[in-house]
Amino acid sequence: MSDAPADPPPTPLRIEGAALRRDGRDLWSGLDLEAAPGELIAVLGPSGSGKTTLLRAILGLEPLSAGTVTALGEPVRRRGNRRIGYVPQQRPLPRETALRGRDLVALGVDGHRFGLPFPRRGDRARIDALVDAVGASAFADRPAGTLSGGEQQRLRIGQALADNPGLLLCDEPLTSLDLANQRAVVGLIDRHRRTTGAAVLLVTHDINPVLNTVDRILYLANGRFTLGTPDEVLDSRVLTDLYGAPVFVLRAGDRLVVVGAPDAEDSHHHHHHDGDLHDDAGAHA
Amino acid sequence: MNWDDIVAAMFGGLPDYWEILALVSNSVVAGAVLGLVGGLIGVFVMQRDMAFAVHGISELSFAGAAAALLIGVDVVTGSIVGSLIAAALIGWLGARARERNSIIGVLMPFGLGLGILFLSLYSGRSANRFSLLTGQIVSVQSAQLGWLIAIGAFVLIALLLMWRPLRFDSLDPQSAAARGVPTTAVSLGFMLLLGLIVAVAVHIIGALLVMALLVTPAAAAMRIASGPVAVPVLAAVFGVVSAVGGILLAIAGTLPVSPYITTISFLIYIVCRVSGSRRGRVVRAPSRR
Repeated sequence: MSDAPADPPPTPLRIEGAALRRDGRDLWSGLDLEAAPGELIAVLGPSGSGKTTLLRAILGLEPLSAGTVTALGEPVRRRGNRRIGYVPQQRPLPRETALRGRDLVALGVDGHRFGLPFPRRGDRARIDALVDAVGASAFADRPAGTLSGGEQQRLRIGQALADNPGLLLCDEPLTSLDLANQRAVVGLIDRHRRTTGAAVLLVTHDINPVLNTVDRILYLANGRFTLGTPDEVLDSRVLTDLYGAPVFVLRAGDRLVVVGAPDAEDSHHHHHHDGDLHDDAGAHA
Repeated sequence: MNWDDIVAAMFGGLPDYWEILALVSNSVVAGAVLGLVGGLIGVFVMQRDMAFAVHGISELSFAGAAAALLIGVDVVTGSIVGSLIAAALIGWLGARARERNSIIGVLMPFGLGLGILFLSLYSGRSANRFSLLTGQIVSVQSAQLGWLIAIGAFVLIALLLMWRPLRFDSLDPQSAAARGVPTTAVSLGFMLLLGLIVAVAVHIIGALLVMALLVTPAAAAMRIASGPVAVPVLAAVFGVVSAVGGILLAIAGTLPVSPYITTISFLIYIVCRVSGSRRGRVVRAPSRR
């Protein structure tokens, strides 16, 4: 247990020798990853390549097959960690959800507390500040189920930032958002890491909305992985080598399109929300 | 049955109303507790999409009570045992909504059939028989009433103590787990509380009508409010009004209590639904861009 925040701050995330094996198949192994303070790493790869599981392993919610994870200076042991911000894959809330927009943020502040549900001193100010920080003040008092996908996503990011996390994990935070909302959400994440020095791991199937923001890319595919800067990873030769099949990275203006990447290796792991890179990227071409 | 008979059945007790009320005052308290707790827990039943589970638990609770009647042990204990077995099975086997519904669909007729078998084997007072299915709070003995009130109070306190983690887990289980909420324990704890309050409701309103106090008030409240305080408070008020109002109306005549309770809670729902849809149109209009 670390006491007062050490100076200099601990490495936000260190993954050593990590492997993930599901149904007798290696999704990846030998993964070493160290995220520096303020670094934004995008995690790419076809569906079923263990992207979500990687985030959940960092949170202590799923075991790795091998290796260790150290988050914010502490080895991951128990389930869940409030010092890490987590934005899970979005499910739109049902219309009649008994919740206003700001209550979604409030869950991050007091949702874990047992005991009689009376607010503590300062909770309200904290929630107001978070709502304000994600630019949600205008719609925070409306029923959450009536808010648009972009509005809900801002509030969910507000929830994830509740404890000013030194590590932020975002799982497909941009899916089904229009361009303006994608920019707004990327802007929120980017601002948090720049102002607080938090590291960010962002799972996405489309690299384009974050292409100018990412520092490095972790590309998981074909039982292996590639880690490097966007220029190093998003390269026809590198991805061809990773997939073991001809893959082309094309540039169209300031957008990137990956063509020919084989589909997800195992179809029974196909999640409808976990679209794959090439399908979507192809649509942009 | 002519008009006079109906009036007599509904209001025949009016001359002696206050004496009757004094006799059933404990039933009124039990009804109020059930209405309050049922309204509150109903909010989570709705959020966790478990209305069908409530029905499934109540049928097994009925079977437990009928078995207790048959072998001559305490009926309240029997209904609790049945409830908890059902709640544990549903909680253990049915983590996902679809699996859960099929398990409940299998359990429900089995429990109901078992209960009917026990009742037909039972040769005691026949008044006890169908009260388990359709409820008759005013015929419950006062020692048992005390138990029902105590169980209701226990569920209320436990529910309040786990309120926020339960809410988080009901709305967003993944984020809740990531923030250290013990989601498995919270879910099982909720099933335990739900089983206990369903067992109480079986005695007050009857196994077939449990939903009128455990689902309808919360569903009505969610039609007209969305705040974290407004919804549970309204649901609790609707539950208490239905339960207490039903008992107070029923003792004016000779008709059973349950139809009054179910009718009041249904009418509240209709009113909320109509006014909620009006309000919904107003709220939605400015959000269109």
